[in-house]
Amino acid sequence: MSVPISAAVEIRSVTKRFGNVVAVDDVTLDIRPGEFLTLLGPSGCGKTTLLRLLAGFERADTGRIAISGTDVTRVPAHRRPVNTVFQQYALFPHRTVFGNVAFGLEIDGVAKPEISAKVARALDLVRLNGYDTRRIHELSGGQKQRVALARALVLEPEVLLLDEPMAALDPKLRKEMQVELKNLQERLRITFVFVTHDQDEALVMADRIAVMNHGRIEQVDGGEALYERPKTRFVADFMGVTNLLQVHVVSVDAGTARLRTLRGLDIVAEDDGGYRAGDTVWIGVRPEQISLVERHANTYAGTIDDEVFLGDYTDWRVRVEQELLSVGEGNVLARGRARGDAVTVSFAPHAVLRLDDPHGAGR
Amino acid sequence: MTSRRHAVWLLAPGLVAVLLLFYLPQALMFIVSLGSRSPYGMVVPGIGLANYARALDPLYLWILWRSLLLALATTVVCLAVGYPVAWWIGRVAPAKYRTALLTLVILPFWTSFLVRMYAWIVLLRSEGVVNHALVAIGVPRLPLLYNDFAVLVGQVYGELPFMIIPLYVSIEKLDAVLLEAAADCGAGPLRTFRSIVIPQTLPGIVAGCVLVFIPSLGAYLAPDLLGGGKTAYIGNLIQSQFAVARDIPFGAALSFVLSVVVLVLLVVFRRPLKSAQTL
Repeated sequence: MSVPISAAVEIRSVTKRFGNVVAVDDVTLDIRPGEFLTLLGPSGCGKTTLLRLLAGFERADTGRIAISGTDVTRVPAHRRPVNTVFQQYALFPHRTVFGNVAFGLEIDGVAKPEISAKVARALDLVRLNGYDTRRIHELSGGQKQRVALARALVLEPEVLLLDEPMAALDPKLRKEMQVELKNLQERLRITFVFVTHDQDEALVMADRIAVMNHGRIEQVDGGEALYERPKTRFVADFMGVTNLLQVHVVSVDAGTARLRTLRGLDIVAEDDGGYRAGDTVWIGVRPEQISLVERHANTYAGTIDDEVFLGDYTDWRVRVEQELLSVGEGNVLARGRARGDAVTVSFAPHAVLRLDDPHGAGR
Repeated sequence: MTSRRHAVWLLAPGLVAVLLLFYLPQALMFIVSLGSRSPYGMVVPGIGLANYARALDPLYLWILWRSLLLALATTVVCLAVGYPVAWWIGRVAPAKYRTALLTLVILPFWTSFLVRMYAWIVLLRSEGVVNHALVAIGVPRLPLLYNDFAVLVGQVYGELPFMIIPLYVSIEKLDAVLLEAAADCGAGPLRTFRSIVIPQTLPGIVAGCVLVFIPSLGAYLAPDLLGGGKTAYIGNLIQSQFAVARDIPFGAALSFVLSVVVLVLLVVFRRPLKSAQTL
């Protein structure tokens, strides 16, 4: 899919080093106007640095960044048409709620009555009407979060940057805010770039997710595509594909690849065109794609080694020959099984995901 | 309740020290200031306000006014010089050198203030280091010593650490993300300084100004040595009443007036002081 020249954000071969550490490594990415894009990855993967490069808090060592078609690579933070919601909110403690939201408008020289009107609208948007005169230290975490959001939105940015804004909220409030933020974004049609390490959060909110690892983007895709078809070992692991196996490709024939794990388990996979006989590659199978009831081309006898109760479902650890497979089963079905039971595990050839391993993370 | 009783005992040494070394002498000074001077320079006890009436003579008020100006100038210059230094130590210099740099700031205290004032004489006198350097680059000699300029230089030099330390404490605590948030809202460096940095470091600014202003008001050594006795400030006036004119009651009255001035200033500025503390 080609990206129009009017991308909201164009990131071209951007690299940022801190001493010997390459925080962002030759990243190229286009963010579409009005899109909710999430940068997802573990801590230290470079997602926050990439966001700070967009905000202007860091300068790229090499590469180019354009926002709405204008090159901003050398433009300081205070002249960029973007606003940020910071992880710890970064509200000005000596100013009231009104003073915080009005700050950017005061700098722009907006007339007083108009400031009042705009601040009122912004506070209304985040459902904080009537909080104008509150001091920052009187607010709860969720309220601070909303003030930070109002302070950024009131300036009508072309791109809103959000740096793990939910990290300090308790889980229940976080779920509510996720939905609220997503609705807000759909209503305002502002481009959102959202940083998180939580893949559930990314899946709930994002139109597209860019998964980062070691300063590089490993895959950019919609949430469903990323979940169904992770392309690399790292992405698969991060998206909850717990069964990761290294296999030899024994033969490839008529759309079917015959594989053998390093510990000797034979597996049949649907050929996606990427298998080459004689190669050693990584494959992954989602735990919920493995059944203890159905029968598919890959069927093995095994024993239940361990169980992990996860609320909605149980994660059975099943020993099959030398391998240990993770099998997810809804809890209605899970009743009546116990450790040590003999079971039959089965999964279809199309459930086998061929994974690249560009960084050798699996070795 | 017992913890409160323990607290009183812990406070006791401090309370005794303040009572014995501050309130008691202050009370004695007040009593003496109501008396009069005997022909031989002794104190004749009495109850009268003659010394206070004399202290309000325009000549003495002018000296008090000059002292206020000196204290104000010292405070302003210390703030202007100290803020960048404190900022540099607290935010720019590598963190591992901060302790060493702060030690350098207070290192001059290891030498007697008197000795350091004599050092300034060596630097500023007409045949001194600075004038030699000026002559070497073709600038005529400047009258640097024994004037108000020299007194201000000495005062700023002496009080600067008392400005830098509290400023450093405030600046070091300032959360860098607030500066980024200000830039994010469109504030350039100057606007960020005015709207975020100054309000956020106000406790340090106020503390530093109080710590510099009050001792400067009663400055004695710098005016005496660097002013060469040609400049009149309240500190020297009081000293001369005790040691030269031997008019102890009048000296006591003058120093009591000075204490009252300081007290009035602290009361007048209590609002900003308090708001700075609650930030």
